[in-house]
Amino acid sequence: MSKIGRFGEYGGQYVPEIVMNAVNELNEAYEKYKNDPEFLEELHKYYREYANRPSLLYYAKKMTQDLGGAKIYLKREDLNHTGAHKINNVLGQILLAKRMGKKRIIAETGAGQHGVATATVAALFDMECVVYMGAEDVERQSLNAYRMELLGAKVVAVESGTRTLKDAINEAMRDWATNIETTFYCIGSVMGPHPYPEMVRDFQKIIGEETKQQMKEQEGKLPDCVVACVGGGSNAMGAFYDFIKDEGVRLVGAEAAGLGVDTDQHAATIAKGTKGIFHGMKSLFLQNEEGQIDPVYSISAGLDYPGIGPEHAYLHETGRADYVDITDEQAVQAFEYLSKTEGIIPAIESAHAVAAAMEIAPKMKKDQSIVICLSGRGDKDVYQVARYRGVKLDEN
Amino acid sequence: MKIREAFKNRKENGQKALITYIVSGDYGYETTKENIRQMVKAGADIIEIGVPFSDPIAEGVVIQEASQHSLAGGTTLVGIFNMVKELRTEIKDTPFVMMLYLNTIYRFGTKRFFDLCNECGIEGVIVPDMPFEEKDEIQGEASAHQVDNISLVTPTSHDRIAKIAEDAEGFLYCVSSIGVTGTRSEFTTDFDAFFDVIKKNAKIPCAVGFGISGPQQAKTMSQYCDGVIVGSAIVKLISKYGTESPQKVYEFTKSLRDGIDA
Repeated sequence: MSKIGRFGEYGGQYVPEIVMNAVNELNEAYEKYKNDPEFLEELHKYYREYANRPSLLYYAKKMTQDLGGAKIYLKREDLNHTGAHKINNVLGQILLAKRMGKKRIIAETGAGQHGVATATVAALFDMECVVYMGAEDVERQSLNAYRMELLGAKVVAVESGTRTLKDAINEAMRDWATNIETTFYCIGSVMGPHPYPEMVRDFQKIIGEETKQQMKEQEGKLPDCVVACVGGGSNAMGAFYDFIKDEGVRLVGAEAAGLGVDTDQHAATIAKGTKGIFHGMKSLFLQNEEGQIDPVYSISAGLDYPGIGPEHAYLHETGRADYVDITDEQAVQAFEYLSKTEGIIPAIESAHAVAAAMEIAPKMKKDQSIVICLSGRGDKDVYQVARYRGVKLDEN
Repeated sequence: MKIREAFKNRKENGQKALITYIVSGDYGYETTKENIRQMVKAGADIIEIGVPFSDPIAEGVVIQEASQHSLAGGTTLVGIFNMVKELRTEIKDTPFVMMLYLNTIYRFGTKRFFDLCNECGIEGVIVPDMPFEEKDEIQGEASAHQVDNISLVTPTSHDRIAKIAEDAEGFLYCVSSIGVTGTRSEFTTDFDAFFDVIKKNAKIPCAVGFGISGPQQAKTMSQYCDGVIVGSAIVKLISKYGTESPQKVYEFTKSLRDGIDA
């Protein structure tokens, strides 16, 4: 096993030879710029002036009173431009692509949030943009698919395999192998071959850094718990990273349990996955005994992925973070609860984190505090929740 | 050694080697077996036994679809090993090379996998998603079992070619063009420059693959190295003719053989 880009034994660079020089070139560029003051200054300028950072840390008073335990704070990544945390990473990667002289950007997307963020920043920097999206996800997130086209991107509906996020990644990797010399692959989560898991985490770690600062200002101390949803795991890694060294802060990832982890309709990789090597990394995957990747399911297109970022696999293995399972029903209830209680409609992905916090917070003391990473806003999910509840809306 | 001998035998007769690929289990193991018999009969020197994977990121649409179809029909790694073991009772001298994704070996258990390679008569493996940097994942067991771990070089490998060629085993798989597997009507790679670097570094036979669709292309490409690899063009025939494919596969393989020898 190589030592390249490892979190314990997880991570690595398991990609076809054809893309290895591109991966190395990206790694060199990232190493060169990640601590470069000029690069970081430009990135933070766009964070402030374009993405609307710092995002608010909001004290959810009504929710706190209603649940009767720890004080609940919401880290409002949903208020970022494009409506989710994804823009943090995309700004970083596209500024890097610009320095590398790449003019064509490709991305995969599940719920569409990463695709929208990529299309947005590509428009801003005059770059050609192609987004791969599973055909099933195009159907359940048609609004986001159309948003990307409005932004000038080409959306390719992927019909192969299970027609969801994993297949979109396969197809993006094939495009990358075919257009390797001109194309920058903007991966949307803390996954893939090194340097992506580390690089995407670094572009997302501002979530946790801001949270820490804001908690110090508002509470005068660190939170006792930070909760985030986990598909590939980028918002969670971003929210967790600055707290890993603060051992008193409990870190909780909420996985998508779909119809339940004891059915075959879920995407709970930590709960049910086994070690494997796929999509460029050694990590945990939902797979059969012969290593064929399982079809997975979640109401949330953004969490509907059979793997997890390698650093999460490591945080799980070392016990530094806990991972809990949230079903579709719990997520929809949390979606409705936060909407009615605080007047905030969360993304269905983020609703998994809200649901986890609704279980954890009442068991905590009143002088404790819990931060929920509200990774995105839920406008895109309104139709789907209506469908789930059997409410017929005029969709077309 | 058997793999290198296959190249040597052709070379001694002034010929080039022909390597053919098949997606195992598509239309059943019996169809695969009969197709392999026909390929050998028509003059293929090495058979690439493809193991279908749910998410073959290095493959074009032809092999993707055949892989899905094969898996849907119930193909398993254990089933493929059994098929190879049966075939080995009739085909003794043609090397068999397994082409499969790393997760298949890793999840199965590396030692258990190579034990079965020895037991069933697999002489080499090609793992398209395992670059030089990660080859230690299987190299120890592969060497201990004397199974060749076959490496790929591509038109984007540039300065990596030297170190990859240095350690290469069996034959060096030279990818003709950037992209995924699948037939191409023309190539844009500068083959003279590409093979110039390869030949300076390779100590073992070199074979070229990816995109070769027929006898004429096979002939042209074979002139750059020691052998040619044909995959998608054969898989396409099997997808089209199913259980009736063996005769077509024989004719096509024969045409490749004749083309290369012409």
